[in-house]
Amino acid sequence: MTEFIQHIVNGLSFGAIYALIALGYTMVYGILQFINFAHGDIFMIGAYIGYYAGNALGLNDHPSIWGFFVVLLLSMVTSGVIGFLVEFLAYRPLRKAPRINVLITAVGVSLFFEFGAQMLFGANPKAFPHLVDVSKSFYIGGVQIDSMELVVFTVTILLMLALEFVLYRTKVGKAMRAVSHDHNVALLLGIPVNMIISITFVLGSAMAAAAGILVGMSYPKLEPLMGVMFGLKAFVAAVFGGIGNVRGAVVGALIMGVSEQLIVSYGVPTFRDAFAFALLIVVLIFRPKGLFGKTLAEKV
Amino acid sequence: MKKNLIRSYVAIFVATLSVVACTKKEDNSNKILLGEYGSMTGEVANFGQSTHKGITLAQEQYNAAGGFNGKQVEVKLYDDQSKPEEAANTVTKLITQDNVVAVIGEVASSLSLVAADVAMRNKTPMLSPSSTNPDVTKKGEYIFRICFIDPFQGEVMAKFAGQNLHAKTAAIFRDVKQDYSVGLADFFKKAFEAHGGKILIDTAYQSKDSDFKAQLTEIKAKNPDVIFIPGYYNDVGLIAQQARSIGIKQPLLGGDGWDSQDLVKVGGAALENTYFSDHYAPDTTEPTAVKFIASYKAKYGNETPDAMAALGYDAFFVMMDAIKRAKSVSREDIKNALAQTKDFQGVTGKTTINAERNAVKSAVVLVVKDGKPKYFATVEP
Amino acid sequence: MSVTQKSYFTWSIAIFLGVLFSEVLYPGLNGYYQGILMVAGVNIMLATSLTLINGFTGQFSLGHAGFMAVGGYTCASLTIYLLPKLGLSPLGIGFFYAAALIAGGIVSGICGYLVGLPSLRLKGDYLAIVTLGFGEIIRVIFLNVDAIGGARGLTGIQNFTNQRWIVACTLICCFIMFRILGTNQGRGMQAVREDEVAAEAMGVNTTSTKVGAFVMSSFFAGVTGGLYAHYYGYLNPSTFGFMKSFEVIVIIVLGGLGSVSGSILAAIALTILPEALRPLQEITKVDFRMILYSLVLILFMLLKPNGLLGRHEISYYWKKFRRSKT
Repeated sequence: MTEFIQHIVNGLSFGAIYALIALGYTMVYGILQFINFAHGDIFMIGAYIGYYAGNALGLNDHPSIWGFFVVLLLSMVTSGVIGFLVEFLAYRPLRKAPRINVLITAVGVSLFFEFGAQMLFGANPKAFPHLVDVSKSFYIGGVQIDSMELVVFTVTILLMLALEFVLYRTKVGKAMRAVSHDHNVALLLGIPVNMIISITFVLGSAMAAAAGILVGMSYPKLEPLMGVMFGLKAFVAAVFGGIGNVRGAVVGALIMGVSEQLIVSYGVPTFRDAFAFALLIVVLIFRPKGLFGKTLAEKV
Repeated sequence: MKKNLIRSYVAIFVATLSVVACTKKEDNSNKILLGEYGSMTGEVANFGQSTHKGITLAQEQYNAAGGFNGKQVEVKLYDDQSKPEEAANTVTKLITQDNVVAVIGEVASSLSLVAADVAMRNKTPMLSPSSTNPDVTKKGEYIFRICFIDPFQGEVMAKFAGQNLHAKTAAIFRDVKQDYSVGLADFFKKAFEAHGGKILIDTAYQSKDSDFKAQLTEIKAKNPDVIFIPGYYNDVGLIAQQARSIGIKQPLLGGDGWDSQDLVKVGGAALENTYFSDHYAPDTTEPTAVKFIASYKAKYGNETPDAMAALGYDAFFVMMDAIKRAKSVSREDIKNALAQTKDFQGVTGKTTINAERNAVKSAVVLVVKDGKPKYFATVEP
Repeated sequence: MSVTQKSYFTWSIAIFLGVLFSEVLYPGLNGYYQGILMVAGVNIMLATSLTLINGFTGQFSLGHAGFMAVGGYTCASLTIYLLPKLGLSPLGIGFFYAAALIAGGIVSGICGYLVGLPSLRLKGDYLAIVTLGFGEIIRVIFLNVDAIGGARGLTGIQNFTNQRWIVACTLICCFIMFRILGTNQGRGMQAVREDEVAAEAMGVNTTSTKVGAFVMSSFFAGVTGGLYAHYYGYLNPSTFGFMKSFEVIVIIVLGGLGSVSGSILAAIALTILPEALRPLQEITKVDFRMILYSLVLILFMLLKPNGLLGRHEISYYWKKFRRSKT
């Protein structure tokens, strides 16, 4: 039983990271109805920024909680800017184009980042610096909780609350929700649609960057291609929860993290990736709009 | 609508004709051209890049010392992006277009296997620096390697676990995505059981996974004497960390895939009390190796060469040694000379090519101590 | 000349050129160019078969590599495990190989049927995700089955595929793709692409049309997989990842979605382009090719979003060109 709970705890902390990435997918999908394939790579870039910033600040030898926040903020802001540029340069000109073109552009951007990163950062894995001292572990009734897992939970929850606040308590958030309902009507109502879309990208990218830092700290190995699998899984989680639905993405990601952990422990460990997709297919067949997605009647 | 197909075929023709028109065979009369194909990008790019550094260093030293009968040696490198079909394309290009006398490559056995077919078809000698899968040289008489093979490596670690660590039970944690890891795990299992040991659990991960706690928890519950992790270093660092963090104190064992200076960078203190088999020890006192390490560090900004670099370096010199003995650059002669390589003293020890075109050489076992892999024992074939 | 006569004429010329190519031109080529042309043939088949789903029917499949893998593995297993037991003559081996290719195509087609079924319920992006998931699942399954090599890959496949097989299969594949547009089934596909609800109202059986497109497309992808396996003599699950499917999509989009001749041209261009860029690497010492490739892709989408030929075939532009001259 303790072992089971242990797996659940580990799964939740993994799911929390998926959740941060999944938010970016779901927000962009909610507004533009397209899969931003480059999102996983923004996550990778966020982690690399953390690597360079952490080393520049000398945090590896003197870990400190303030240093961690500085690195986190720096990475989130820079990645936000990159997200903005990607949207501005690659996606905005395609606003009226067929959806498949945008999808292809997104994969093009993703490839560009992956191969660019291989050239810029080198193909060798890099060891992420220790930003805070997380060597301690706590035990609750035989269940081990690492302090790193606590950091993951805290940062994730704080960021989600912040996002909830932005989405549901501010004018920008209201505008975002309006745009996701209908671009044209939002435009008629005087909402600067393009700016709102830019903000969505900035927010999503910042979240992904935060996930990048957390992954870097939990699993201190950075690689230019690390974003691919994380991105795909997070995306599956977003669809699972009902893409376009922010809370759904979080729930989907947590379920995904836990069930992945369970399949590895009690099932066939190497079917980890296949399982994620199989789960997705089953859900989509029986509940095509995901767990929390709204089913819209088809317009004729 | 109906004419379009003709036109597409005309397009193919024009394309081929224009390609044919600009075909020119390289003139190699006043230099010796070797081909190298490797992964400069893609999944196993780090190994390809290391190997290339070793080969480049060897080539520079060789040319600085006068080259071969006054001819300079050039190495033409193509990137195969870690993809089998690209490996086939690049080797075809090296052989048929650049007209190289022999080919050096690849690290990953899956890529060597495809390229070996091409080399066989074109009757060109191919020397793999570090493909350890036994099937590679079985492709035919033109395919050679200068490293030991997986059955030997598995045997080395199984013996080492039994004799030096007195292990009776072991766990295997393999990487199902890498042919290298799967092969080595199988051979270790066979050898360990043949020596009377028992495998308690044989579980798996996939490279690029970042969370291994679930499998490690299972391994921990079985409490084996040693844990054999025949993966690549980039995953091993993380595995070691997570194993230690959930309280696994047993020695971890591995193969030459662990060799990289990045292993300790990622794994850190978690790697103390781990052992792995390798082609050479970085703290060796053997003069050839000492000289190689010094010149490598001088050229590449104080970077310690890994086994891939050392094998790349050796591969170049073994090739040049064969050309020297062949006294010719015909592919056939080089092939025959390569087959007769005997007691060639390189960085990774004495190389002798046997009848199966594999190298017979000793392996070393390294231990990670104070954050550095150090020499522990030598195992003769 | 009547339309039928014209068509016979066209195709007989195509066959003549194919024979000329495989018997006269190809053997005279340097091995490197032979290799490029073989890959081009494989890519043409992949692209034109995917056009059926993504171009004609307007569905979106991201799992073409998965179908290719199924066909390749099936076909290779047959020639590895069954062929030696039969003790056939060389001609018999040729027939067996043809049968194995078709068998690979059929198994792949069955998978296509299974994947096509959810397309009854799923639309657009969701279908894309399911096909992507299918491709990944296939890859992981092949990775874990030891009898067909697992991660080590399937070795010992004989190199049966030569230029004759490639030319013949490419011609058949292109022929069917060109001709299908004129059939009931083909018109139904286009109707589904334009407006599914309207198509249904007009009496098109959208279900069987969509599933049919999937089955036929995956059949050809499977055959291509078999050819591919017996050309390189080696199969590895990692070849058939998401990137492979994506490469095919890039081809058909750059060629113009729904244009068979566009796909053919783009398949050829995109096979040659990375090779043509190879010398660049010697100048820069670093491999910029993939970066350049991705940039070309992005720029193409921004500047010429409909691809080379748009939805039209090349003959359309030819006629336009001639009309403009007169």
